Amino acid sequence: MSVRLRALVGYVLAAVTVAPLVWLLVTVLKPADELFEVALPSRFTLDNLLYVLTEVPIGRYMLNSLVVSVAVTVVALVLHSMAAYALARLRFPGRQVIFSMIVSTLLVSLPVILVPLFLVARQLGLLDTYAGLILPAIFHAFGIFLLRQYYLTIPRELEEAADLDGCGYFRRWWQVVVPLSRPVLASLAVLFFLANWNAFLWPLTATRDPELRMVQVGIATLQGQYGSAWNYVLAATVIAAVPTLIAFVLGQRRLVEAIKTSGLK
Amino acid sequence: MATLVDPGTAVAGEAAPRVWWTRRRKEALAGYVFVAPDLLGLLVFVGLPMVLAVGVSLFSVDGFGGYTYVGLDNFRQMAEDAQLWQSVKVTLTYMVTFVPIGFVVSLGLALLVRDHFPGVGLVRTMFFLPHVISLVVVGVVWQFLLADKQGAVPALLRPVGLGDVSFLGNPALALGSLVVISIWFLMGYQMLILLGGLKDIPKEYEEAARVDGATSWQRFRHVIWPLLRPTSFFVLVNSTVGAVTGLQAFDLVYVLTKGGPANSTSSVVFYIYQQAFTFNNYGYAAALTTVVVGFLVVATGLMFGLTKGGRFDVG
Repeated sequence: MSVRLRALVGYVLAAVTVAPLVWLLVTVLKPADELFEVALPSRFTLDNLLYVLTEVPIGRYMLNSLVVSVAVTVVALVLHSMAAYALARLRFPGRQVIFSMIVSTLLVSLPVILVPLFLVARQLGLLDTYAGLILPAIFHAFGIFLLRQYYLTIPRELEEAADLDGCGYFRRWWQVVVPLSRPVLASLAVLFFLANWNAFLWPLTATRDPELRMVQVGIATLQGQYGSAWNYVLAATVIAAVPTLIAFVLGQRRLVEAIKTSGLK
Repeated sequence: MATLVDPGTAVAGEAAPRVWWTRRRKEALAGYVFVAPDLLGLLVFVGLPMVLAVGVSLFSVDGFGGYTYVGLDNFRQMAEDAQLWQSVKVTLTYMVTFVPIGFVVSLGLALLVRDHFPGVGLVRTMFFLPHVISLVVVGVVWQFLLADKQGAVPALLRPVGLGDVSFLGNPALALGSLVVISIWFLMGYQMLILLGGLKDIPKEYEEAARVDGATSWQRFRHVIWPLLRPTSFFVLVNSTVGAVTGLQAFDLVYVLTKGGPANSTSSVVFYIYQQAFTFNNYGYAAALTTVVVGFLVVATGLMFGLTKGGRFDVG
């Protein structure tokens, strides 16, 4: 294919791909009675968005999502980085076994263990608490695995220099390894934040209290409540998508790098 | 550490073995301390549930958490559970359509945007954009677009005389819609991984083939395809696992169709969720979980055996 033809095919397919999302944006700006008309609106209005912002506790849902997503991201990055450093660099009996065990959990996804995880969370008194939303979301082998691969590439000499300067293992990790791995930590931060903001199944299962509803559960609830009042449901989805788009725009390059490298292992 | 041992130090080490011993011990202790939080978390929130599934599968659990031992009854029940077999059929149909079609689409997109053309970065971003949005939003948007008679898709099909087709209300079309929407959601992600693999193939190889007069199909078939094999393998394994147990198999189904119409989109993981949280059959749901975990363990073992631990001789 010539460059010009390739470009043309690319533009057309890209336009088709984003058309549903553009359509969503246009629709929430339409007056309610024109919702299903396949045409531009006769006038643009913010009514749908304003209704959802004022009449539905979407702010509360988004705050819950923000608290949980940020907490999971920060704690997970610290713990995964520590574990990955130990697995890449420190020698201790059983290291290989522990690493294999961690990697073998990679294939286990949440839907598979949902029911027993729910029973564990219930026994631990974690249902309907923030801790119950946060704790199970932290532990995932992917981050540990990716960080370990990265730490294997950091030159040992840097650590040995720190060792000669009298740094213990904690300072070697915190003052040498962590600063050097800022790019990969940033990539994972974007990835973790998006995954948790978009999480639905666990928040749906682990909470009944409307006060603890995370934003995706909130949307699904609206979908049930408002049935055919599509303008409000769609407006809520647009509002909920704003933080994901901000995170994506800010971290696009990092996100792309993380995804590309995840395929090269 | 494979540093050379200075003979002098070795002698000194013999003279004072305690110093060397504590140093090693310190390192091991630090290692355990660093690994402990993650390991403990994984044991409690992943390992324990897997073990617990086996245990609970032998009980009947009532809504208040009362357990009654029933032996293998839950497993016997599976054989006669028509709805379970329906959901197995749904999952398998979804898998054998979504995985290959999704792969071909993703690879096509990756090849399309591999080399520079004006605005190629923006085009890649647009292909990836659906993946940034949550599956819940994706489900809501498509439900709106596909709505019977009123939605934009039926409206656009009306001139062709297909306007009254019900996509989500017709058992024959609902699962197909789910497959198409899943591909729309995941193709940008898979495209990025394949793009990473394509970028790793040295341009010289293709140039050499071009000089030898190879057509673009021959260059793809004999240069790109073999060198892309490890990446393709990763993508295929990933999407197969995702099709059976991924979030899309639950979130999309829940928001889009709730498993209907006539259970035509009820995937296995959605069915397990229903058994546990709609009908309170935790014991039966745990038994189903045990079977899925067992299936995963066997499939993983097979995959490892067949691929010698996921390693390929490149080329």
